[in-house]
Amino acid sequence: MDFLVINNGFPFLSAIIFLPLAGALVQMLIRDDNLARIWALLVTVVVAVVSLPLYIGFDTSSPMYQFGESHQWIPALNITYTVGVDGISLLLVLMTTLIMPLCVLGSWSYIQKRVRSFMVCLLIMESSMLGVFCALDFVFFYIMWEAMLIPMYLLIAIWGGPRKTYASIKFFLYTLAGSVLLLVAIIALYVKNGTFYIPAAMGQDYSAAFQTWVFLAFFLAFAIKVPMFPFHTWLPAAHVEAPTAGSVILASILLKMGTYGFLRFCLPITPAATFQFMPAILWLSVAGILYGGFTALAQHDMKKLIAYSSVGHMGFVTLGIFVLNSRGIEGAMLQMINHGITTGALFFCVGMIYERTHSREIRDATGIGKLMPWYVTFLAFFSLSSLAFPGTNSFVGEFLVLAGSFAENKVVAACAIPGAVLAAAYMLRLLQKVVWGGPDNPQIPGLFDLRMREIVTLAPLLVFVFWIGFSPAPFLEVMHTSVNHLVAQVADHAPAAGSLALNMLP
Amino acid sequence: MLIAPEIILLAGSTILFFVSLARDNSRIAQAAAMLTTFALMAASVVCLGQHGELFFKSYRIDLFSQIFKLLISFGLLAVMLFGARLKGISDDVRAEYYLFLFLATLGLMMVVSSVELLTLFVSLELSSFALYLLVPLRDDSGGIRAQMEASAKYLLFGVMVTGIMLFGMSYLFGLTGSTYLADIMARLSGIGAEPAVIVAVAMVLCAFCFKLGMFPFHFWLPDVYQGASNETAAYIAAVPKVAAIALVLRAAALFSPDAASVGKIIGVLAVCSMFYGNILALVQKDIKRMLGFSGIAHAGYVMLGVIILKESGYAAAVYYITGYLVMNLACFLVICAVSREGENPAIEDFSGLYQRSPLLALTLACAMFALAGIPPFVGFMGKFFLLAGALENGFLFLVILAAVNTAISIYYYLSVVRVAYTADPGDREPVRAGFVPQAIGLVLIMAIIVMGVLPGRFLEIAGEAVKLVSGA
Repeated sequence: MDFLVINNGFPFLSAIIFLPLAGALVQMLIRDDNLARIWALLVTVVVAVVSLPLYIGFDTSSPMYQFGESHQWIPALNITYTVGVDGISLLLVLMTTLIMPLCVLGSWSYIQKRVRSFMVCLLIMESSMLGVFCALDFVFFYIMWEAMLIPMYLLIAIWGGPRKTYASIKFFLYTLAGSVLLLVAIIALYVKNGTFYIPAAMGQDYSAAFQTWVFLAFFLAFAIKVPMFPFHTWLPAAHVEAPTAGSVILASILLKMGTYGFLRFCLPITPAATFQFMPAILWLSVAGILYGGFTALAQHDMKKLIAYSSVGHMGFVTLGIFVLNSRGIEGAMLQMINHGITTGALFFCVGMIYERTHSREIRDATGIGKLMPWYVTFLAFFSLSSLAFPGTNSFVGEFLVLAGSFAENKVVAACAIPGAVLAAAYMLRLLQKVVWGGPDNPQIPGLFDLRMREIVTLAPLLVFVFWIGFSPAPFLEVMHTSVNHLVAQVADHAPAAGSLALNMLP
Repeated sequence: MLIAPEIILLAGSTILFFVSLARDNSRIAQAAAMLTTFALMAASVVCLGQHGELFFKSYRIDLFSQIFKLLISFGLLAVMLFGARLKGISDDVRAEYYLFLFLATLGLMMVVSSVELLTLFVSLELSSFALYLLVPLRDDSGGIRAQMEASAKYLLFGVMVTGIMLFGMSYLFGLTGSTYLADIMARLSGIGAEPAVIVAVAMVLCAFCFKLGMFPFHFWLPDVYQGASNETAAYIAAVPKVAAIALVLRAAALFSPDAASVGKIIGVLAVCSMFYGNILALVQKDIKRMLGFSGIAHAGYVMLGVIILKESGYAAAVYYITGYLVMNLACFLVICAVSREGENPAIEDFSGLYQRSPLLALTLACAMFALAGIPPFVGFMGKFFLLAGALENGFLFLVILAAVNTAISIYYYLSVVRVAYTADPGDREPVRAGFVPQAIGLVLIMAIIVMGVLPGRFLEIAGEAVKLVSGA
């Protein structure tokens, strides 16, 4: 257990993982809808508060897993309940705990039927998402990874839009089919190492063929979750049909699990295979960036537009990860957080319009700048953040990713540049139509500006947009040591110059 | 009292026999049957820790047999409680129905305790013939007579494999000069890989695989599920399969561990079973028939624990079949509740179940997700243990195929959940499930989750139990 700093004080990680679950159990006993909303808000806020000491007490100089807890779980197979956070997972954990209260707030009036069940699903989602980010045991990780499909499926299938059945089934089948081989890979690693500890599987000397197969099994599961082009087709359907909170969770947190999986599993466990497949993945990332950008440009449905923009943004993240230098990876990780904040906020914005007009079409939301000044102010800032305007959070992330890519390979990086231009094109197109799109919108009489609750939902996200934009240091510091450690783990296995894999890169 | 459960069953059956002679007997029959079932459950719990040998050592009571007896009585109790109204069975034949149900249970209980070939044969036939008779007892209101066809198929196939089994047993006797499993095992220990031994044990295994519904002995299964009344199908789907696993493990213990070729043969059949069951289940409209095909697939999964011919695998198989019992009971509980007059519900009939009865919908969803092998439910843990065991012993290809099958199967399990949660109920009325079925549903949900989240203790007990089989 040399990888884990055991926490002997208050078990913060167990608390944040299981509090929402306990809250969900209590939730089932609540009969009143309003009480259910308040209770869910209370639970998520408490979890967020409990998670804050993680940031304060985190030792940024150590690449070890901190706040660790380890207990026997299934002795027969040496399966343990082991959790811990390092620089890679800490920010994701914090982002999850901070976004969940906003999700509850954002669905306050959006969800009118079966409020209690909805909140139960949200709380179970929170438990399993935090479990995924904290897990240091393969079995616990896999259980949390799969268990979240059920509440997410229900969120889309029950509270979703008109094509919810199709979207929810597609989401479930796609993600489940991707992860069945992940289980086989996990067991194969167990057979090799005799333990299910995730860190114990890193840095072992596996044969090249073994690495290739394990990498591919991991890759399939994570690439579908990200989603990388060409595995992205479930995403627009699920995003569009999900209720607002569902879209926010999907975009902000679920997609990050794929990229988190790359960082936590693919890179350190199968470094040789990572180098082998790196060129192909870089090109897929570029394809995703361009494809997502062009497709977003053609959308009339605001949610679809943002969904496709996610494909592009996540392309930047995978690009940053697989250039395999510390600048690129740090940029990718920052971009994961940025995308969570910005895209989450944009989905909240769309949800607020949808509550008023019951339409997600851009043409039903044109020219509302005069009537909803608060709303368009928020929308403008989040849109600028989405297109990586200097001064906002995404600029820092994208800049680091591109800087890392240029250091690795100029051609690939240059190919990704049009993606940034496309982002400006589709976001400004949306913004221009919504704010100044002309007064002939028939929906206008029914519109009213944001309520206090809605402002409270969006404001924290806006704070982070500028905080990260102007002063990214506190966020980068946290990940620095862990990323360097990760890069060192991978770098030993770099192939000799002129090897076959590198031929795919000009 | 070593054989209290069996004696209670025998007494109950005798009483029911006399009740069946009287007129207008359905009330008394039901009361007697319920009483017997509760007494049986209590006796099974009390007798759990006992061990001993009876009847010239042909009948063994140990942890292995008692665990299986407990599972069998639990299955019977659940079916009796949620199927108490016996919608598919005419009142005239209630007493007979319960009589055969108890005889079948008695046979299964004796089967798991038998350690001698003839005792085993007699017990197996007692349960089989009672089951053959349970199927056609269904009320023939629709005039389809599917139950007759099902029972004829069941009987003909059953008798055929019984013949094969007897033939195999005669080989075993010829090879070893004994009908006691302990003696047979001792004398086979040096010659386990001899073709004659393999043929003999394989033929005996055929009969057990038939009970389990494994490819290529599966033909009866979907028809019987569909043809039998819902309550009968619930029983046949869950309880005899538990006993079948006990038998399979006893037979597998006869192989010496070096008979890897047998493991491979069973492995191929297991994969065929999974693919056949899962692919055919995809297109079913009748939910019972779908569960029948899913049962064939699950027989394949559970065999993954047997092919490695090791105790760890056997323990996983016992754990899995326990989970399977619970999951199947949960499914059939909902089927029995949704079926209004005892007809076979189609998958469409579950439309909007979430609005018609939230608890039943939750039960169905848990059971379906568990059968599909989604964590944190018991189906996942069971599958995980089986896959881990098989991979540890080098069956990589098999494990990949099993994993692929999980992906195939999720579609049809999910489509049931989809119908229950998203389809419009239309003019279907709310389901009025009584207090007892709902309470049992809750118990089954808890069992599915608890066994899935905290499997350690269950696996330990299963491990202790299977040691008694292979070490006997």
